[in-house]
Amino acid sequence: MDLTYTDEEEEFRARLREWLGGVLPALGPKPSPGDWPGRRAYDTGWQRRLYDAGYGDVHWGASPTTRLIFLEETEKAGAPYVGANFVGLLHAGPTIAAEGTAEQRARWLTPILSGQEVWCQGFSEPEAGSDLAALRTRARRDGDAYVISGSKIWTSHAEVADWCELLVRTDSAAPKHRGISWLAMPMDAPGITVRPLRTLAGSTEFAEMFLDEVRVPAGNRVGAENDGWRVTMVTLSFERGTAFVGEVVACRRVLGELAAHARKSGRWDDAVLRRELALLAAEFSGLWRLTQWNVSEAQVSGGVPGVGGSVFKLRYSHARQRLYDVAARVLGGAGALDTGQEWTLDRLSSLSYTIAAGTSQIQRNIVAERILGLPKGGK
Amino acid sequence: MHFQLTEEQRALRDGTRELLAGRFGRDALRAAVDAPRLDRALWRELGSAGLFALCLPEAAGGVGLGLPEAVVVFEEVGRALVPGPLVATFLAAGEVPGAASGEAVVTAPYGGLLPWRDAADVVRGDAAGAEPLASVDPLTPLYRLPGAGPTPWRATLLYAAEQLGSAGRTLEMAVQHARDREQFGQPVGGFQAVKHLCAEMLVRVEVARAAVYAAAVTRDPVEVAAAELLADEAAVQGARDCLQVHGGMGFTWEADVHLHLKRAWVRAELGGSARDAEETLAASL
Repeated sequence: MDLTYTDEEEEFRARLREWLGGVLPALGPKPSPGDWPGRRAYDTGWQRRLYDAGYGDVHWGASPTTRLIFLEETEKAGAPYVGANFVGLLHAGPTIAAEGTAEQRARWLTPILSGQEVWCQGFSEPEAGSDLAALRTRARRDGDAYVISGSKIWTSHAEVADWCELLVRTDSAAPKHRGISWLAMPMDAPGITVRPLRTLAGSTEFAEMFLDEVRVPAGNRVGAENDGWRVTMVTLSFERGTAFVGEVVACRRVLGELAAHARKSGRWDDAVLRRELALLAAEFSGLWRLTQWNVSEAQVSGGVPGVGGSVFKLRYSHARQRLYDVAARVLGGAGALDTGQEWTLDRLSSLSYTIAAGTSQIQRNIVAERILGLPKGGK
Repeated sequence: MHFQLTEEQRALRDGTRELLAGRFGRDALRAAVDAPRLDRALWRELGSAGLFALCLPEAAGGVGLGLPEAVVVFEEVGRALVPGPLVATFLAAGEVPGAASGEAVVTAPYGGLLPWRDAADVVRGDAAGAEPLASVDPLTPLYRLPGAGPTPWRATLLYAAEQLGSAGRTLEMAVQHARDREQFGQPVGGFQAVKHLCAEMLVRVEVARAAVYAAAVTRDPVEVAAAELLADEAAVQGARDCLQVHGGMGFTWEADVHLHLKRAWVRAELGGSARDAEETLAASL
C-alpha cells in the first residue's frame, strides 16, 4: 500500500506541469460545439503539440502510473480533452498496437499519435446495442476486398473522421460471436452516408452511418477473419480502464466550485444540501483511490486493464449523475432550468454515462458473471 | 506508487484469516451467540499472536508494523465477527499494562456508547453516568452515555476496516447462496435481479476498500471521514442485500446474516457519527 510516486514519476509530473504552463496560455479559444471542422482542428492541433513534446503516445506507450499522472495533470491544468482523437488514441490505436501486423502498425499508429488522422467507431447498430455481437452489417469477400453493406449508429466524430474501426459479419452461419471481423474503413470510400444525430442536450455528438456496397481492402483487416470479437474485447477493456481518470479529477474540481457557489448564495446553510455535497466528496475521494488501486493492479498485470474497469464505471457513472443533480439544487429552481448555465448542460450530458460504453445493467452482468462467477445468461 | 497489498501484507491477511478460522470459526461464533461472554483464552491467544501489539515498536515488545497492517488485520477481525472491545484494547497497547499481551481487556466510550463494560478490566476515558441498554447485537453488550463523545480517528479507521471485512464476507455469503439455491429450475444467481444486487455489493466493497486503505496510508482526517462513510455503507447495505438474497432464511436467527447486520449497525455508531464525518468532508470543499 504505497501512494508515493517514484522520483522518476515525480520528475515526469514536474516537467509536464512546466510544459503545460508554457504552452496552454498560447492556445486559441475553444471552438463552439457545432463547429465540427473547428473542433477537429483544435483537438488534432493539441495532439500534435503533445506529440512534438514527446507526450503523444502516453495513452499506450507509457506505464499505467505515468498515464495516470498525465491525465491528472492535464486535467488540473485545464488542457483540452482527447476529443476527436478519442477513438484513435483509446480504441483503434491500442487495438492495432496489440493485434495488428508490423505493416499495419507502421501505417496507422504514427498518424494517430501525431494528430494527422482521426478515427471513429462503427460498432453499434440499430439492432445491436447492448447485444453488440448481434451486429448484422455484412462483409462479402470479393477478390482482395470486402464489400460491406449495413448501418451503424452512435458513431462519434463520423463527420470529420479519416478512418472507422468497423465491426462486420464475415460469417453469417457461425455462432454470433465467431463470425465477426475488425476492419479499418477509409471514411472517403464511396457508398458511405453519414447522418448526424442530435442528442437530448441539443448538440450533434454522434451520427448514423449507412454503408452501401463499400469496398475495403482485405489488408485492412486487423486480426484473423472471424476473430473480430476477441480483438474488440481488447479495445473495450481499454475504454473501461483509465478512460475516466481525467473526469474524476474534473468532478472533484466541480464539487469545489459547487461548494463555493453554495457558500456565496447562502444555500450552504441548508444542512441537507451540505450533506449531499459531503457524500459526493466521500464518493469521489473513494473513486480517485479506486483509480489508483486499479492502475497499480494494471501495472502488475502488464498494462491491460481488467474487469475492475467495470466496477469503476458502474460507480462513477452514477456518481457523475448525482453530482449534476446536486448542481441543479445549488443553482436553485430557475438556474437548474437555464441551459445558459454550464452545469445544466453538463447535467443533460451526464445522462449518457449510464448508457454509453455498456449500460449499467450490462456492467452489472459483467461484474456478477466474470468477477463473482454467477451463472451466465438467465432472465 | 504501488497501491496494492505487499507480499508481507498478503501473508499477514492470510495468516490472520487462518488463525481466526481455526480459533473462531462458525461453530465458535454460534456457540458465542448462544452463551455470550468474553472469551479470555481467545483474547490471550490474539494477544500472543501479536494482534494488539501490532503497531507497538519492537523495542517496546511490539511487532513494529504500521497502520496499513493494522487495517488489514482488523478487516479479518470484522470478517470473522470476533466479539470484544478489540479496537479499544489495540489502542491501549503500550499505555495500559497487559493490553498488548491480551492479559487485560480494555474498553473505552466511543460515539456515546460503551461496549463490553462488565467484561473489561479497564475502562479508559470518562464513562460517568453509563446506563445499560438491551443491545441489538447479541455479541456486543452496550452501555449508553449521557453525551455523544468523540471517537479518536484511529478507532474510526479500525472500525471502518472491520466494516470492510464484514462487507466482503456478506458478499461471499450472498454469492454462495445465489449459486446454491435453486428456484424455477435454476440457481437464483442466474436471475439478473439477484445477480445485480450481488454486483452492487461488490462495487461498494471495492470503493470502500480503496478508501479505507488510502486513509490508513495518508492519515488525512478528510480521507478517514470518507472511509468511514463508505465502509459503513458497504457493511450495512451489504448485510441487508445479503439478507434479501437469502430470502426467508435470511430473516432467521439461524442464518449468520443478522449477526453481520447488527454488528455493522453497532460499529457505525462506535466509529463516530456520520454527521461529524459529513461535516468534516463538507468543510474540506
